[in-house]
Amino acid sequence: MTPIILTIPDLAIAASLIVLDGVLSVALRLGLHRQLAIAAIRLVVQLVLIGFILRGVFALASPLLTLGVVLVMIAIAGREVAARPEQRLARFGNYTIGASAVAFATLLTAILALTTAIRPTPWYDPRYAIPLAGIVLGSVLNGASLALDALLSGVMQQRAAIEARLALGGTIGQAMRPLIRDAIRRALLPIVNQMSAAGLVTLPGIMTGQILAGMAPLEAVKYQILLMFLLAGGSGLAAVAVTFLGARRLTDDRQRLRIDRLTQKMKGHAA
Amino acid sequence: MLRAARLRIANLRSRIAGPFELAIEVGECVAITGASGSGKSLLLRMIADLDPNEGEALLDGRDRRRFHAPEWRRQVVYSAAEPGWWGELPLDHFPASEHARVLALADHLGVAPERMRDTLARLSTGERQRLALIRALLLDPPVLLLDEPTGALDTTATACVETVLRERLAGGTAMLVVTHSDEQAARLGNRRFRMAERRLSPE
Repeated sequence: MTPIILTIPDLAIAASLIVLDGVLSVALRLGLHRQLAIAAIRLVVQLVLIGFILRGVFALASPLLTLGVVLVMIAIAGREVAARPEQRLARFGNYTIGASAVAFATLLTAILALTTAIRPTPWYDPRYAIPLAGIVLGSVLNGASLALDALLSGVMQQRAAIEARLALGGTIGQAMRPLIRDAIRRALLPIVNQMSAAGLVTLPGIMTGQILAGMAPLEAVKYQILLMFLLAGGSGLAAVAVTFLGARRLTDDRQRLRIDRLTQKMKGHAA
Repeated sequence: MLRAARLRIANLRSRIAGPFELAIEVGECVAITGASGSGKSLLLRMIADLDPNEGEALLDGRDRRRFHAPEWRRQVVYSAAEPGWWGELPLDHFPASEHARVLALADHLGVAPERMRDTLARLSTGERQRLALIRALLLDPPVLLLDEPTGALDTTATACVETVLRERLAGGTAMLVVTHSDEQAARLGNRRFRMAERRLSPE
C-alpha cells in the first residue's frame, strides 16, 4: 500500500482547473479572478510552509518542540473561540475561557487516543501527535465557539427570566440551567449530524485520504470511526468546559447575575 | 430592649446609588415615588442583593451576610416592574402543589381562571404583571419589594391588587412599594419617600 506520489507536473495539470475558474470569472464578469489567484497562491505557500515545518518537527522528534507546536495551535484556536461571540466578558474572559477549554478538551482527547488506540512509539511521536491534535482541535474549536456564543447571547436574551428566578429565591444553578443546557446542546448538534450523515451524504475526509493513500477500505473505516468518536468526545468536553467556565464568570459569590461583566463587541464603523 | 425593625438598611450604597438609610416595621408599607431613572429600582435591587452593593441590610436584626444569598432573596422578595418568565404557560412558573392557591389568588386579583391556561405571550401586560405578583405572594415572604406593582393596570385591577396588599400588611408583611402614582403612595404608604438623583428623602 505505497501511496501514489504526486509530481510537480501532476499539480500543474490540476492548477489548470484554477486557470479555468479564472477564465470563467473574466468571461462572466464575476470580478473574482484576482481573489481567486491570491487564494490559490496563499493555499500553496501556506501548505508548503507547513509541510516544511512538519518535516523539520518530525525529523527532530523532540517532545518539547511537539508540545510547543500543539500549544501554538491551541492558542490560535482559543483566539478564534473568543472572537466569535458578539459579547465580550470583562478582563479578557473570552480569551482565557476559550483557550483553557480548548486546551483541556484537545489535550485530554488526543492523549487518550495516543496512549490507548493508536499507540505509536513513543506515544508523543510528532508524526501522530500533531495531525491528531490538529483534527481534534478543529472539532473542539467548533464546539467551544458555538457554546460560548450561545451562552453569551442567550444570557442577554434570558436576563429577565434568570433574574426573576433569583429574585424568587432560586439558586444561580436553577436560574441558569436552561441557558447552560441550551448552549451545550447547540454545540453538540453539528457533531451528531456529522456522525449520522457519515458515509451516506459525504465520505469523511480522513477515510478518503487514507483510501487514496492506499489503505484498505475497512482499515480506513476503522480509523474514521475512531476519529469521529474522538471528535465527538472532544466537542463535548470543550462545550461543557466553556459553558461552565463562562457561567461562572457571569455570577459571583452572592449568586447574582453579573451581566455588567459583558460588553457588546465594538462594531467596525462605531465612533 | 427595642425590637429590631423587620427590615433595616444602613449605609447601603453602590458605585452609582446611595447611601440609603431606612427601617421598615412589621406590617408597615413604605412608598417611594420619583422620576424615572432616579434610582428607585436600583434601591430595590440592592436590597434584594441582585446588584453588587455594600453596606448593611438586616432582616429582624439578622445581617444578610449571614444568609445564603438565595435564602435572603427568598425572604426579601423583589418583584420587577417588567417581570421575566422562563416557561411558556403561566402555571409553568409555580410548583404543581401550589396551583390551587395560584388560581384562588388570580381570582382575587381579577385574572380569570381560564386565562391561566393560555400562553404567556397571549396574556396582556396587566395580566402578566398580576401573575408576577402572585409568584412573589405565594412565597409568603416577611418583606416584599414591589416595583410598580400596578403600573400596567386599570383602576379596577389596581383596587384588587391594593386590597390583597392591604391584607398582607395586616398579616405582618413589610413592604417597600415603588409607584408612579402619588394617590397610590398616599393610599398604601404609612410613610412616603421621594427618590431624586439616587438619594432618598422623606416626604
